[in-house]
Amino acid sequence: MERKIRNKDPLGRGLGCHPYVYTMLSIAGILTFLFVWQLLLVTGVVSDRYISKPTELFLLLIRKFSDKSPDGSTLPIATLASLKVAVTGLVLAIVTGVPLGLIMGWYKGADRFFSPIFEVLRPIPPISWIPLTIVWLGIGLRAKAFIIFFAAFIPCVINSYAGIKMTQKVLINVAKTCGASNFTIFYKVGIPSAMPMTFAGIRVALGNAWSTLVAAEMLAANAGLGYMILMGRSFARPDIIMLGMVCIGALGALFTGILGIFEKRITGWRR
Amino acid sequence: MDEHKVRLEISELSKSYETKEGRFQAVEKIDLKVYDNEFLVLLGPGNCGKTVLLNMIAGLEQPTSGEIRLDGSVIQGSDRRIGMVFQKLALMPWKTVMQNTEIGPKFRGVKKEERRKKAQSYIDLVGLNGFEKAYPAQLSGGMKQRVGIARAYTNDPEILLMDEPFGALDAQTRFVMEQEVQRIWEQEKRTIIFVTNNIEEACFLGDRIVLFSECPARMKEIYVNDLKRPRDVISQEFLKLRAMISDNTDLAL
Repeated sequence: MERKIRNKDPLGRGLGCHPYVYTMLSIAGILTFLFVWQLLLVTGVVSDRYISKPTELFLLLIRKFSDKSPDGSTLPIATLASLKVAVTGLVLAIVTGVPLGLIMGWYKGADRFFSPIFEVLRPIPPISWIPLTIVWLGIGLRAKAFIIFFAAFIPCVINSYAGIKMTQKVLINVAKTCGASNFTIFYKVGIPSAMPMTFAGIRVALGNAWSTLVAAEMLAANAGLGYMILMGRSFARPDIIMLGMVCIGALGALFTGILGIFEKRITGWRR
Repeated sequence: MDEHKVRLEISELSKSYETKEGRFQAVEKIDLKVYDNEFLVLLGPGNCGKTVLLNMIAGLEQPTSGEIRLDGSVIQGSDRRIGMVFQKLALMPWKTVMQNTEIGPKFRGVKKEERRKKAQSYIDLVGLNGFEKAYPAQLSGGMKQRVGIARAYTNDPEILLMDEPFGALDAQTRFVMEQEVQRIWEQEKRTIIFVTNNIEEACFLGDRIVLFSECPARMKEIYVNDLKRPRDVISQEFLKLRAMISDNTDLAL
């Protein structure tokens, strides 16, 4: 009975163990990583002038919940500031980029109209928008969200475009013989076909958004995780820098996880 | 006799494509009458333009010249009276068996309750009762094609086109599906135009078998097959018909 629950693997790899064994393995991986890190510092192989111990980071994390030094805001406030920026930019990019990509991929006229503009905007690195953004919008939420938007927008467009282009001809024909209009086919056949690729694009967009967030905050901010890292450098506090990095890493993983749940909901048919 | 009422009339139908190497003639001057409720098989070597012919009847491709009339009037574009079962297992992978089956009436805006009822009856007819909520990825090849057949029937076509529907199936499943199609057709009489490159399949299913030549597709011969159904594939008459057609078939390279 109990052996029945197995983790399915399309290639037939894996041990065929209970799911919790895999969960334990993941936790063990993280713990081993932290343990080796701690060990290197405790034994003095690596000097603690450059890197803090995981235990110290953990204590700092707790202290940072109420302590404003040295960057001027507590950790929750910094995190919230960063989250606001990242989510605003990302959501804007998804709600504009995905429909644009889908429409470009389906309607040739739209493709011809938007492609030239898009192809010129595409190679411009998102970070190079920073100076201009500061001139336009200052260093507030809007400015940073705008930079994030550019970083996340491009993969959203490209992937949904490519995804809908790959719609199987035969499925379009099925809809046609059922009497569907071009718009119905776009909506009912093209868009669902494009979903797996679109999600892959959103995943890339998410990564871009986080990495650009830090860059944006390093140049123009007064609060946030990136700003905290920057202040850590100014005050020569590697522990603050590392705490900022760890928080960004953890939040990124959390977001990817949440996205994964959404993806499973929407493209659950791909089993 | 009512049986010989002409439903579909194809006259002087040709289709050619412009390619880099010049003109490519896929279908050349087809003249064909399709009778009410008959099981017509179009038989020919692979890639001889049978699919193109079927696509033209379904309104998916425009003929270069000639016309197709349904009940006397020329058809233009996709016509709801003409349904199609596709060569590839053309199911929407994101839809369940039920959702795939009801797609035709759904696109037409038929109420959910009504279309579900109809879809259910055809799901039962093709023997997929209990699989309504399954996704195509969970079905075998034969089951997928059953869904394709149920879907075509649910849209209530008067003419049903089948484009090598069992080409992708293994021999065993294929034979079962041939019997199934025959059973369904006898239960729910429709005019069926069935394309295949398999002579045995043609002899097993067809009331009439239209033999096509190698590219471009031209009609070579029409065989009337009045063997009693279900046909015994190893009976003398069956084998004789089969041999006769096979001797007359162009070899596909």
